[in-house]
Amino acid sequence: MQFNFSEDQEAMREEVRKLLAKESTSRRVRDVLESDRTLDKDLWQLLADQGWQGIAIDEVHGGAGAGYLELCVLAEELGRTLAPLPFSSSVFVAAEALKLAQETPVVSSWLPKVASGEAIGCFAIAEGVGGAHWGALKCVAEGSGGAFAVSGTKSVVIDGMSADFAIVAAQTNGTPGLFLVDLMDGGVRREHIDGIDESRPLACLAFDNAAADQLGGVGPAEIDQLLDRAATLMAFEQLGGASAALEMGVAYAKERYAFGRQIGSFQSIKHKLADLYAEVELTRSNCFMAAWALSSGDASLAEAAASARLSASKLYFNCAKENIQVHGGMGFTWELDGHLHYRRARLLSAALGGSTYWRERLLTALSRRNSSDTRAA
Amino acid sequence: MNFDDTPAEAEYRQRARAWIEGNTFDFRGEFVSGKNFDPIRKWQRIKHDGGWGCLHWPREYGGQEASQIENLIFSQEEARAGIGILSVANSITLGMAAATIMHCGTQEQKDAHLEKIARGEKIWCQLFSEPVAGSDLAGIKTRAERDGDDWIVNGQKVWTSYAQFADWAILVTRSDPNVPKHKGLTYFLLDMKSPGVEVRPILQASGGSDFNEVFLNDVRIPDANRVGEVGEGWGVALTTLMNERAAIASVFPTNFDDIWSLTHEVELSNGPAIQDGAVRSMLADWYVWHKGMDALSLRLQSALSQGREPGPEASAGKLLLGARRQQYLEHAFDLLDIGGAATSAYDDGALQFAYLRVIGNRLEGGTDEILRNILGERVLGLPPEPRVDKATPFNEIPVGR
Ligand SMILES: Cc1cc2nc3c(=O)[nH]c(=O)nc-3n(C[C@H](O)[C@H](O)[C@H](O)COP(=O)(O)OP(=O)(O)OC[C@H]3O[C@@H](n4cnc5c(N)ncnc54)[C@H](O)[C@@H]3O)c2cc1C
Repeated sequence: MQFNFSEDQEAMREEVRKLLAKESTSRRVRDVLESDRTLDKDLWQLLADQGWQGIAIDEVHGGAGAGYLELCVLAEELGRTLAPLPFSSSVFVAAEALKLAQETPVVSSWLPKVASGEAIGCFAIAEGVGGAHWGALKCVAEGSGGAFAVSGTKSVVIDGMSADFAIVAAQTNGTPGLFLVDLMDGGVRREHIDGIDESRPLACLAFDNAAADQLGGVGPAEIDQLLDRAATLMAFEQLGGASAALEMGVAYAKERYAFGRQIGSFQSIKHKLADLYAEVELTRSNCFMAAWALSSGDASLAEAAASARLSASKLYFNCAKENIQVHGGMGFTWELDGHLHYRRARLLSAALGGSTYWRERLLTALSRRNSSDTRAA
Repeated sequence: MNFDDTPAEAEYRQRARAWIEGNTFDFRGEFVSGKNFDPIRKWQRIKHDGGWGCLHWPREYGGQEASQIENLIFSQEEARAGIGILSVANSITLGMAAATIMHCGTQEQKDAHLEKIARGEKIWCQLFSEPVAGSDLAGIKTRAERDGDDWIVNGQKVWTSYAQFADWAILVTRSDPNVPKHKGLTYFLLDMKSPGVEVRPILQASGGSDFNEVFLNDVRIPDANRVGEVGEGWGVALTTLMNERAAIASVFPTNFDDIWSLTHEVELSNGPAIQDGAVRSMLADWYVWHKGMDALSLRLQSALSQGREPGPEASAGKLLLGARRQQYLEHAFDLLDIGGAATSAYDDGALQFAYLRVIGNRLEGGTDEILRNILGERVLGLPPEPRVDKATPFNEIPVGR
């Protein structure tokens, strides 16, 4: 048993953190946020030069063949710096969808491009507001033998503006499946949609008989598995963002004076921050459990992933909002980075589905095991 | 990262499980809160004689020099077999007194006490809190005055768990009231059979009497039983407290198993509780906390296995326990509705006992407020409270009730 990242993984974290602290600055987040740019291409390329998009993709498909734990470390560090990149969409979802699918030409041609950063993927699942998800998809795919045509509208698609291809959830013969659509092809209309976090721009994707490749062997069970994997990885991104927001609040509480004292010496501030620290450690524990289940292929992944996601979504919101509160009026300014975390926290809580949805997934998974199993777990 | 056993660990677990199964005994009805400590001594002795006692201690003191992970595996197996409570109830002796002696005691003190603790021969209690000072532990009044090779101790302690069963105690006293409060404390090991020690049980809010008042009247303690230098008792006490907080978070259950069964058994007006949306949402949050606490406690314990003393971080585990456990138990009773008022409503009164006992979780070993101060100041590095009494000689500090 080992309840921590290894020394090698921690050493890698140091390297990543150093590089991102220098390169993935809040100035760059704002450059995307405040412009029409859809991502920071130079930063994306810098990550690609390190091989990070492909870190958990096998060597046959052009990746580094490292494990999920390395990807978790990376996710946490990217989350800390609010990197204005479609990393989670492309790597946590699109690449994982391709990894789950049977080896067909669509996998062997696209996965290496994701690994090298040459292509960016996004996840087109939502069809408007509400949490029905892929249980009641209106998007349909028609065809056979792997070659399909997709019709319908997906909105919103996170990172849909920067993506080259989309993993689209659609019904075919009444069952949900996943389809890869090249967004440069005909039959695809892409529109920018204003969103909560413009450093990760949203799109509406309208498909009209767009050419699509089916991801073979991917049905409802595999889509669930994909969501569990992505939720685990994204929980680390959320954890990283939350820790950074908390650190911001702590630093300010030491600097700012009121009534002749540092505000951090007031208990209502100090205790708030202490509670958040404890909450970070609780979430980290949930995340570790999920990371282990993911990396070892353990059967508890469904429960562990849902726990990590629920814990991390709540945590990031709490850290982001209380960091702002600690900053007083300054916290409500555009100038302060507080709202960048507040926005990102909301975006990540929305991506992959909200907490109401994930609580239900968790309970379904728990019920699937009988209660005696739960006791042993 | 690996929450699973390695083959060697799995093999160790099998051996531990088999040994526990062969040596466990029925103690229910015998181990009643505040009434009888014999099963605790007995289990400790059985473990020691079977080569499973104080696993991670050095052999010379009666341990097995096992790794902290092996120790952890053994505790998990004890819990699984339903006998873990007997080790947990002995945590003041093992986790606090022994840990402090091991870390701060003289060679003579280690030789005199550790092996006896390992054999289950001696039970210890913690004489720290007083009527005038709990959170502000450095504000205690119990006086220790030098008399030749001895010290004479006078004062009163309170909330002393298991003092009525204890053979020995760890004790913090004031040896010099003329210097600021943290500087005038001295730490001792006290034989509870010494003349002048009087123990009076206190009835707890949960019923039963685990804790006591302890009066010390002209109690004589040899200087050889002093731990640390004269006036440096505060540092020794902190070692005890760090170990205490690391212990408590893993001692008490999250009660998730209870709520899981309960939601499957209880009917609400619109059907079984487990099908109700609000109940499901509560249940999911409870599970997330439950699993998080599990993993957090494993992380804290494995940090210990790397040879580190528990640091201020360990306070997070205890802070996350009490208030939330209390709130979730409130949800559980809400589901039991009117019938839940009866003690026998569920699980022979165990759940109702938990509802009352949890009150103590937010107080013992440092209140929630004190733990937040510790995390805020010692982990996050926030500025300390303005302390009006820090530099004042102890006997000039204002006192209230
Ligand atoms: C079940 C149980 C078992 C115990 N066992 C033992 C034992 O074996 N040995 C032993 O020595 N003690 C024991 N204790 C005592 C325990 O350590 C004290 O009760 C605890 O430290 C609080 O001290 P107090 O009771 O004097 O409360 P006080 O210190 O008077 O606190 C009263 C209130 O004021 C708050 N407060 C105090 N200072 C501050 C501050 N600086 N900032 C914000 N709020 C503050 C507290 O959080 C609390 O809410 C036990 C207690 C319980 C409940």
